[in-house]
Amino acid sequence: MANTDKNSYTVIFATVMVIVVGSLLAFTAASLKPNIKENERMEKQQNILYAMGINENEEGSINFISEDKVAEVFSTGVTEQIVLEYKDGAIVKEMSRDEFMKANSIEPYLIDVKKQQTRAKEGKSRFLPLFKGMQDNKIVYVAPIRGVGLWDAIWGYVALDKDMVVRGAYFDHKGETPGLGANIKQRYFMDDFYGEKLLTDAGVFKGITVAKGNNDPTNEIKDDYEVDALTGATITGDGVSAMIKKDLKLYLPYFQNLKNKS
Amino acid sequence: MALLSKKDTKLITDPLTDNNPITIQVLGICSALAITAELKASIVMSIAVIFVMGFGNVVISLMRNVIPSKIRIIVQLIVVASLVIIVDQVLKAFAYPLSKTLGAFVGLIITNCIIMGRFEAFALANKPWRSFLDGIGNALGYGVILIIVGFFRELLGAGTLLGYQVLGDPITKTGLYAIGYENNGFMLLSPMALIVVGLIIWVQRSRNPALVEEN
Repeated sequence: MANTDKNSYTVIFATVMVIVVGSLLAFTAASLKPNIKENERMEKQQNILYAMGINENEEGSINFISEDKVAEVFSTGVTEQIVLEYKDGAIVKEMSRDEFMKANSIEPYLIDVKKQQTRAKEGKSRFLPLFKGMQDNKIVYVAPIRGVGLWDAIWGYVALDKDMVVRGAYFDHKGETPGLGANIKQRYFMDDFYGEKLLTDAGVFKGITVAKGNNDPTNEIKDDYEVDALTGATITGDGVSAMIKKDLKLYLPYFQNLKNKS
Repeated sequence: MALLSKKDTKLITDPLTDNNPITIQVLGICSALAITAELKASIVMSIAVIFVMGFGNVVISLMRNVIPSKIRIIVQLIVVASLVIIVDQVLKAFAYPLSKTLGAFVGLIITNCIIMGRFEAFALANKPWRSFLDGIGNALGYGVILIIVGFFRELLGAGTLLGYQVLGDPITKTGLYAIGYENNGFMLLSPMALIVVGLIIWVQRSRNPALVEEN
C-alpha cells in the first residue's frame, strides 16, 4: 500500500478523482440531455394547455394531459401561436408562428422568457409569445410570466380573455419551501385567480395582488383585484403579484389594439 | 440463521432509538427545520436520504484505504454531490414528475450534515456491508423524526395530512372548525420544528435517563 499521507500521492489522487468524476458527470449529462429536453418541452405544452383549462383534473387534484397525448392535444387545442416584438412600451411587430420560425427556427412556445427579460434589460427588443385557444366558445390568450419568489425563480402561464379577465392560471417554482411557498402550485391557490380582472373599468392596468388579511377568503368577490394569500409564504406571494403586474402589463397594448379593432 | 447478525442489527436499530442522529447526535437539524411543514415532503426527503446515505457510505467505505487523509472531507463532499447529481439527472430523464417534486431537496441532501458525519465517523473505518447498514440505519433514524415532526406540523398548522383535510374545512367551517377550533399558523414556521424536536428529545430522555448527560 502506498503511503497515503505523501503530498505527491494527495495531488495525484485529487487529479485522478477530478478527471474521473468530471467525465462521469459530463457523460451522464450529455447522454441524458435529449430525454430531459423532450420532457421539458412536453411540460411546457402541458402547462400552456392547463392554463387554458385543458387538463384531466379531478376533484382537488392537478392532472395534466398525459404525455402520450399531449403533442396531439397541443396541436389542436392551441389554435394559433403569435409572437409580439416589444420595445420601449410599445409592440413594434406582430409575427405569426411561421414568420417567427423562419427567422429564429424555434417554436414560439419554446421562447425562453428569462432570456427575453435579459434582452429587455439590455435595452434591446424582446419577444412576447402569446398562445390562442378556445374556452367555452370564446378565444382565450395564454401568456407566460416569470419572476422571483423567496429562494429562486417562479413562473407560470395565465389565460386571459379579450378584456384581460383571467380564465385560468398555472404557477410553478424552482425551489420554494415545501408546505409554504411551494403551495402556489396547489389547486386552491391557482383556481382563485379564475375570473379576476386585470383592468379597471376605465381600462387602466391594475394587476392582481396576493393579499394578506383579505376579507374574502373563499374568493367570491371577483372585482377586488385581490386573491387570498398563503400562510407563511408572504414573499413568494409578493413575487406572484409582481410577476403578474410586470409581465402581463407588457401585453396591454395588444389587448387595447384588439378592443379598438372590434 | 438470521439474516443479520446481532451486531449488524444494532447498526440499524440503534440510530432509531438511543443513538438517533437528530435527537441524540443533533445532526441534520437544518433540513429537519426546512422541509417538515408538511408530511409528504418529510416522507420524500426521508426516502431520498436513505438512498444517498446507503450508497454514499458504501462508496466511501470501498475507497477508505486509498483516500488521502488530508483531503478526505473534500473527497466525501465530491462523492455525495456526484451521487445526488447523477440521481437527479436520471430522474429528470426518466421520471420527470418525480424529479419536479424532489427539485427543492437536492441541495438540502448534499448539505445534510448527517451524511458527512457518517462518512467521517463510520464509513472511513468499516467494511462496505456494515457501512451500508449503518447508512440505512441512520437515514431511517433521521426519517422517523422527520415524519413525526411533519405529522404534527401539518396536522396542527394546516389541519391536513398528506394534503387531505382531516379536521374539516376551515373556510366553510365544518368538522372541528364548526365548534371554534382554529389552525395554529405558527406551526408552519420553522421555529416550531425546533420546539417539536425539543419535545421529542424531552420525551426520549425522560423515558431513558441513561441518555441524560451529567454536568
